[in-house]
Amino acid sequence: MDAAQAVSGTSTVGPALAAHGLVKRFGDLVAVDGVDLEVRPAECFGLLGPNGAGKTTTIEMMVGLTEPDEGRLELFGQAFGTRASRAQKERIGVQLQETQLADKLTLIEVTRLFRSFYTSRGIAPRTALESVGLWEKRDARVHQLSGGQRQRLAVATALVGQPDLLFLDEPTTGLDPQARRALWDVVEAYRNRGGSVLLTTHYMEEAAILCDRLAIMDSGRVIAEGTPTDLVQQLDASQVLVLRTGGDPSDERLAGLPGVSGLTRRDDARVLSLSRPAEAIPAIVEYLASVQAPIQSLETHQASLEDVFLHLTGKALRDG
Amino acid sequence: MSDTGERHFPALLELTLSRFREFYREPGTVFWAFGFPMLLALGLGLAFRERSVPLARVGAEPGDREAVEFVEQLLSAGLVESELLGADEIGAALTSGRLDLVLQSGAEGLVYRFDPERAEGRGARLAVDDALQRLAGRADAFATSDVGMQSRTRYIDFLFPGILGMTLMSSCVWGVGYTLVLARKRRLLKRLAATPMRRTDFLLGVFLSRLLFLGLEVLMFLGFGYLVFDIALRGSVLTVGVVAFAGAAAFSALALVVAARVASVEAANGWLNLITLPMWMLSGIFFSYERFPEALHAPIRLLPLTALNDGLRAVINDGAGFVGVAPELLVMSVWAVGGFLVARWRFVWQ
Repeated sequence: MDAAQAVSGTSTVGPALAAHGLVKRFGDLVAVDGVDLEVRPAECFGLLGPNGAGKTTTIEMMVGLTEPDEGRLELFGQAFGTRASRAQKERIGVQLQETQLADKLTLIEVTRLFRSFYTSRGIAPRTALESVGLWEKRDARVHQLSGGQRQRLAVATALVGQPDLLFLDEPTTGLDPQARRALWDVVEAYRNRGGSVLLTTHYMEEAAILCDRLAIMDSGRVIAEGTPTDLVQQLDASQVLVLRTGGDPSDERLAGLPGVSGLTRRDDARVLSLSRPAEAIPAIVEYLASVQAPIQSLETHQASLEDVFLHLTGKALRDG
Repeated sequence: MSDTGERHFPALLELTLSRFREFYREPGTVFWAFGFPMLLALGLGLAFRERSVPLARVGAEPGDREAVEFVEQLLSAGLVESELLGADEIGAALTSGRLDLVLQSGAEGLVYRFDPERAEGRGARLAVDDALQRLAGRADAFATSDVGMQSRTRYIDFLFPGILGMTLMSSCVWGVGYTLVLARKRRLLKRLAATPMRRTDFLLGVFLSRLLFLGLEVLMFLGFGYLVFDIALRGSVLTVGVVAFAGAAAFSALALVVAARVASVEAANGWLNLITLPMWMLSGIFFSYERFPEALHAPIRLLPLTALNDGLRAVINDGAGFVGVAPELLVMSVWAVGGFLVARWRFVWQ
């Protein structure tokens, strides 16, 4: 089967997936606190946030594993949830965190097993394994695979049902850069064939490369949404300055200097967003000298999603 | 052999095959499933092998010429084992069971000393007296003949179906229970629940793959019994198969109930032990539950392993047909259906 046929065209207009006001509580803890999201056809949508932000709970509601306490879901315009019909469930493919597929089975056996769950659609197990670059290893047992290969196999079991919408929950966590890049290629190829993707990650670089649009989650809420470029522009900073000093300079004074658009603390450093770096940097140096706060280190870099996240949440993504 | 993956099997068959493969690719499985029950039967069968009836142990004082002569007559006829002991030792030998009977010459003829509390003592008294009187020329007043019971009371005949029942229980309870708990722990259940797979297909697949193995296990075990212990199957293979199937269904359903929510192997192990241990003791694997007080017999018969063991014994030893094992089949079916319903209600996929 030709790879181009792997994804059936989505004739339905409107979003692939729409979530309205999702809420999930576990006892007193509100894990997801009113999330609205929309994944459009043929886009890769990224859900970002530190550990404990509610990403996984959100995904589990969206794939029909967990019943939301409040809110509703629509998959290609039809109500979706834990009681969804098999026909609806055949439209999604899922990769979950930390799933251990049967160790003693070979790759082709696992892929064929998952293929057998789909009756109205699906691609050949061979095509699925080829699309993640594991066809050569088809007769190896699952326990013989590296971490990156296992994750690609997990994606293959999601692709073999020929889904219109693919859910990937932190697919590259714990992988080395090469394995990560291999997985990105798989996701991009799927999206280029017309598939929609919802992906969670806590790697900003991954989100910037793969995602057409993003939502940033923190404490169960979506705190920002847009394209990667939009989000960086919202920061109102072309440069970010990371500063370590002695003495006791005032955060308020620093944030109020000309050309400085924001300030957050991170560990022992101050992170300043600079909307006009040429104006801001001399002003900062002058102010520090005036309060006898010696500069220990000062570095600037191009504003990135990482800075957006830090600015919005006051936390680094990977600190959790 | 490479596999192009082009063929399509229905989900139930794929699930059954996958589970079957995982099972036989697990090292040690074959031994525990096939070898262990046979070794157990072999060990216990040999340990409790029927010996010929033991000879009475008869003693006398070395100085008592008359008594010693009688003992020698008995010895040369091959009827007793003997020991000559001093007067001071004889009393202790009788109480400890070292001797069953002591002969002494007395004023009014031969004296038998024995402990009437001990069956061996009473038996030796009768056998020795009878033998000595005959040797002395007593004739029987009328003719008698003996009819021995057929050798149907061998312990191994009782034990063998019990071990088969026990094996079926362990195999199902741990085979099904562990599989499900591990799949939950590894989040495979959750992953499967996120596919359009019919959930009953998965549970059924675990059960069917288990049945495939049990079929082999039962056949091999019956063949082993026939070859090694000469235990013939008196009933039909079909009836044995149905009884074993009902047992497997009952125990698999129990395992499903345990595995419905448990997510750790240790906890599952505890629960499975809790379920199986009473049946190990009560359900008549190694000895008959008839030895328990009468009032307990009815509840014990309601246990699935009792029903399975009784059913297997009835078919294997007594050649019972379906009608003969109907009560046992009913008990096992109730466990199977009840367990399955509870499991379906309680089962979580997360």
